[in-house]
Amino acid sequence: MVYIPPKYKAVYPNAVGSKKVEQVPILIVGAGPVGLALALDLGLRGHRVVILNKEKQLTDGSRAICYAKRPLEILDRLGIGEKMVDKGVSWNIGKVFFQDKLDPVYSFDLLPVKDQKMPGMINLQQYYNEEYNIEALEALGNVELRWGNGLTKLENNEDGVLVDISTDEGDYQMQARWLVACDGSRSITRTLLDIGFEGETFQDNFLIADVKFKRQYPTERHFWFDPVFNPGQSVLLHKQPDDVWRIDFQVGWDIDREEIVKPENVTPRIKAMFGEDVEFEYEWISVYTFNCRQIERFVEGSVLFAGDSAHLVSPFGARGANTGFQDGDNLAWKLDMVMKGVAGEELIASYDEERSLAAEVNILNSTRSTDFITPKSEASTQFRNAVLQLSSNHEFARGFVNSGRLSMPVPYPKSSLNTLDDSVWEGGVEAGENCIDAPLKKNGEAIWLLNSLGWDFKVIIFTDDEGLSADQKQKLMQLAEAEVPVKNIVIGSGGLTDTKGLAAKRYGAVAGDVYLIRPDQYVAARWHGLDLGKVEKAVDKAMGIKRS
Amino acid sequence: MTNFLNTDPNLSDYDDTYQMIIDMHLDLTESESVSTNAKLILALVNHIGDSNVVREAVDIARENTLKWRN
Repeated sequence: MVYIPPKYKAVYPNAVGSKKVEQVPILIVGAGPVGLALALDLGLRGHRVVILNKEKQLTDGSRAICYAKRPLEILDRLGIGEKMVDKGVSWNIGKVFFQDKLDPVYSFDLLPVKDQKMPGMINLQQYYNEEYNIEALEALGNVELRWGNGLTKLENNEDGVLVDISTDEGDYQMQARWLVACDGSRSITRTLLDIGFEGETFQDNFLIADVKFKRQYPTERHFWFDPVFNPGQSVLLHKQPDDVWRIDFQVGWDIDREEIVKPENVTPRIKAMFGEDVEFEYEWISVYTFNCRQIERFVEGSVLFAGDSAHLVSPFGARGANTGFQDGDNLAWKLDMVMKGVAGEELIASYDEERSLAAEVNILNSTRSTDFITPKSEASTQFRNAVLQLSSNHEFARGFVNSGRLSMPVPYPKSSLNTLDDSVWEGGVEAGENCIDAPLKKNGEAIWLLNSLGWDFKVIIFTDDEGLSADQKQKLMQLAEAEVPVKNIVIGSGGLTDTKGLAAKRYGAVAGDVYLIRPDQYVAARWHGLDLGKVEKAVDKAMGIKRS
Repeated sequence: MTNFLNTDPNLSDYDDTYQMIIDMHLDLTESESVSTNAKLILALVNHIGDSNVVREAVDIARENTLKWRN
C-alpha cells in the first residue's frame, strides 16, 4: 500500500490522574472530515473546542474522494478550500458505457462552472482534506485534538453533557456544555443514547481498488452498466491526484468479504478491464456495503449529531461527506450564537428542522440512483436498459440515465428561520436558498461575493450611480451596531463593483434591493428597499427569537 | 399553470394509430417487445414534458390494471 495514514501521539489529560471532572464548552466526538471542519469553524469563531478520537491515526485509504461546490465554498470560508482545489483533480468529460459495446453509449461535458470561485466538483483523497484541516487546527490555540481518547458513556444533565472517556492510561470525565457527535455510521454516541436510525441496508457490496497505472489515461469519469468484465453489475472509474485511479466494482451480496479484497483476487478484475498486460500498483483495496438511514432527531438535549452519525446514503452522487460539511456549516453559527447568549434553544431546534430535510432529500436522491444502477424488478431492469439503449442516439433519453446525481445544497423553503417575500421578485435567490457566488471588484482588485460575506449576518444592498443615501447610511450604521451586528456589503456605486453585472443578475436585483444573509450564506429575507424595522424583525426570526 | 391529461377522445385515425403500435412489435422477441414499449413511453413522456400530465396517465394505467385483477 502506498498511503500510510499518519499516526498521532495519544493524549493523556491531567484529569486521568486527578480524577477531577474537566469542563469544556464544546466537545466534538470523532476526528473525521465532518468533526474536523466543525472544530475549525468553531475554533475560528473563538470557541474552545476539544475533539476526541478513539484511534491514534487517521482512517486508512482515500475514502470520500468527491468534493462538490458548496462544501468547497464552506472549506474556503474555513481557509482550506483553495489548497484543496489546487491539489484536487477536476474532470469535465464523463462517458457512459453499456454491456459489450466498446464505444460509450454517450459522452457528456460538465462545462466548468463560470464566474464562481469554486469549481463544480473536485476529486481528492479524504486524507488530504483531513491533513489540511488538522494543520489549520494546530495553528489555533483554542482547539485540542485528543487522539486515543474514546467516549464510553454519556448522560444529558442540567448543565450539558457528562461524558466518560477512556485512554490507554486510564479513564476520566468531562462536562461539556454541548457535544457534537461526528462519530460516523456506527456512532457510539447514538448507540449510547439509543436513538433510532431507521432505513435500509442494500443487499449489495462494492469493491474499491485505488491503483496507480504505469501509463497515462485521460482524466475522465467512466461508468459501465452491465459490462462484460463485470456482468450484471456496474463499474465506476475516476481519477484522484497523484495519478491514483479509483475503480469501484459492484460485486453483489453473496461474496466472501475477506477473499475478495486480496490483491490476487482483484488483479484479474483489473486485467479484464484494461487488458492482460496492464501495469499498475495498489494504493488501497476495500469492500463496503451501504445503507440509507436517517437518525430520528439531530438534537437530543445538549447532544447534536452531524455527518454519518445522523444520515447514511449510497455512494452515488457523493452525498455522504458533502452533506456532513453542510451539517457543520448549518450548526456552527447557531452554536456560536447560543454560546454567546444572543440566541436560545429555538435556534438549535432549527438545526434539526433544516438538516433533517436535507438528509431526507439526499437519501431520496441516492436511493433513486441506486435503483437505476441496480434495478429491483424485471420492469425496472427493462426500463433501465431501454433508457441506456435509447441514449446512444437520442439525446432526450440521457436525462433519465442516473449513475449518481452530484450533491447539491438542499434549500430550506419552509424553514422557520425564513422571512418570506412581501413583494414580487423576478428570479434571484429566495429565502432558504444558499447564496450564489459572483465576481466583484474592490478598489479595482478582483474579489468574490462569497468571500466578502464572511462569518456573520450581512445585508447586501444594491445601489445605482447615486450610491447610498444619507438615510440608508444611517440605517446600515444602526444595523452594524445592533446586539447581533449586521454588517453590510454595498454592490454598486459607493461599494463593490459588479464588473460583469452578474451579482445583480444572479440576485435578480436592482438599485435599492436588499438581501439579508445568514452566517451560513443562506438567504434569510429580501426586500425592495431598506426598512430598518423589517430587517430587525427578520434577523430575530433567523435567530429563532420571538419578541412580543 | 398546471396542465391536465386530455382524456377526451382525441384521434381521427384510431385504426391506423393502433395498427402502428402493433406493427412496432413485428418480428420482435418478447423481451424486445417489452423494451420497445418502454422506449415508446420514454419518447412520449419526453414529448409531453410535464410530470403532472404523466402522473395522471400513470394513475389511469395502474388503476385500470389493478381493477382487472381477479
